[in-house]
Amino acid sequence: MAHTLVEKILLAHCDADDIRPGDVVTVRCDVVMANDVSGPVAFRAMEKMGAKRVFDPARVVMVADHFMPAKDVKSAELQARLQRWSEEQGVTYYGQGRGGIEHAVLCEDGWVVPGAVIAGGDSHTCTYGALGAFGTGLGSTDIASCLALGSFWQAVPETIRIDLAGRTGEFVTGKDVILAVLAQIGVGGGTNAVLEFVGPGAEALSVDERLAVANMAVEAGSETGIFPADEAVEEYLEGRARSPWNAERSDPDATFRQHLEIDLSALEPLVALPHLPGNVKAVSEVGRVPVDQVYIGNCANGTMTDLRQAASILGGRSVHPRTRAIIVPATQAIWREAASEGLLDLFAEAGAIVSTPTCGACFGGSNGILAAGENAVATTNRNFRGRMGSPEAGVYLANAWVAAAAAVAGELVHPEVIR
Amino acid sequence: MRVEGVALVVEGDNIDTDVMYPGAYLNVEDPDQMAQYLFEGFDPALRERLVEGSILVVGSNFGIGSSREHVPLAMKGSGIRGVVGRSFARIFYRNCVNLGLAIVACPAAADAADNGSRITIDTTGAVEVDGVTFAAPTAPPLVLEVGAAGGLVDWTASRISGRASAAE
Repeated sequence: MAHTLVEKILLAHCDADDIRPGDVVTVRCDVVMANDVSGPVAFRAMEKMGAKRVFDPARVVMVADHFMPAKDVKSAELQARLQRWSEEQGVTYYGQGRGGIEHAVLCEDGWVVPGAVIAGGDSHTCTYGALGAFGTGLGSTDIASCLALGSFWQAVPETIRIDLAGRTGEFVTGKDVILAVLAQIGVGGGTNAVLEFVGPGAEALSVDERLAVANMAVEAGSETGIFPADEAVEEYLEGRARSPWNAERSDPDATFRQHLEIDLSALEPLVALPHLPGNVKAVSEVGRVPVDQVYIGNCANGTMTDLRQAASILGGRSVHPRTRAIIVPATQAIWREAASEGLLDLFAEAGAIVSTPTCGACFGGSNGILAAGENAVATTNRNFRGRMGSPEAGVYLANAWVAAAAAVAGELVHPEVIR
Repeated sequence: MRVEGVALVVEGDNIDTDVMYPGAYLNVEDPDQMAQYLFEGFDPALRERLVEGSILVVGSNFGIGSSREHVPLAMKGSGIRGVVGRSFARIFYRNCVNLGLAIVACPAAADAADNGSRITIDTTGAVEVDGVTFAAPTAPPLVLEVGAAGGLVDWTASRISGRASAAE
């Protein structure tokens, strides 16, 4: 029987002889991940399950990133518990100053390889599809069961095949590709399905840009957004991959729920308006929006690619007097690379704040919370009401070019206005 | 799995888990303390209308966004026993199953229910609203098994004790 890429991955990780969409199967995890928010809740559930040890310490990764550095006593206690538990269980722990934002860290440090199944206590675990893995977000009790048994229940998803043609033009990035998908299928259009990105346009996207695309698959309701691994992934994984891997592709005669085609050369910079990621318009079509805060960073858009784009706008210019700009490199390694390239000093000179890697304000935790009536342009993935602070604030999701341009202009503008 | 209760209608589609439990309160680890923040970013007054045995009646694509289990934990802690909706976001749906909440997608039942309606959810394929029965899709066997165990904690616990006794 013909299979999609994700069906092949799940079939290789369960005991069924064959699978088809809708089947509920028990899927084995190659890696289980949690953070300072989902981890401690999972540890409680694991204790109630009567599980003393994790199924395999070599396959478990904990990352302190959400309320990092701790914003108050409660969050400090969560991180202390995460660290202590990790030491007791002998699992890998990325603590403060050692890693960064979980999904960026797990990719960067070789945990994610094509064909792997990764269960993460965070909805943006779908980011791992950029490298051809089935990464999927789960709640804490699911994670507890994964920690204990090394497996989870999963309904085999259908696949929506998205053919990308052409190449992105200036100021258009992976962020715009996924916003274009959300504009077409909406925030529920990918439910019970994975998004599979194929075609010459997909192959032309860098790994950093694929991370941005896969990262927001969950915003369409999908379990993951996946790119079949190619030479770009092979090159990225050289010297990183912690386990051997094989690249698979969907069979040509596999069954897809839906086909979409997107011509990347026709895209312009896009923005998701408050308060839904599917509320997408071209930047050039949005009227005047004064901007109080610009936030560049998150689990997929604090990459060197994003920082270089921001730098090419902010270099030699200043952040507008009414605007504050917060820049969050996604990992410690990216922070250091950006420092050695001179980007961090460039940002500081422009009047921007450069932060340590953290989930921070992306989920309204700390490090850039919005007041009532304020607008932010953010390279993050969600703009739900109250997501970054006050329910009366507005969050506009956009790529790093657009965000940096907004920082300079003090309002939402097409980046070509600045350059 | 079968639960009975009283309907509380939550209006709107695409209700996200951020408004149901804002990120600022994710530093709460104890489930007993989570109930006080349920619906905080959406309509805190809804909390006062919840009773022991409430069943939420919701629209389409309910529970989008974050995997935060704080939402269904806060729901359980507030007396909610089940959810009937037009459709659900995936992680929210499975979190409810895993915590032993009865959750069923049944548009006709969701449309029929009003605040205060008596609702019975049978996860093997029916929702009764004020005496009228609506057919619902039967949950897959593994999902029913988790529900019958009372949730994933007890389901996993029985797996662990099963392994231990098999090893003896």
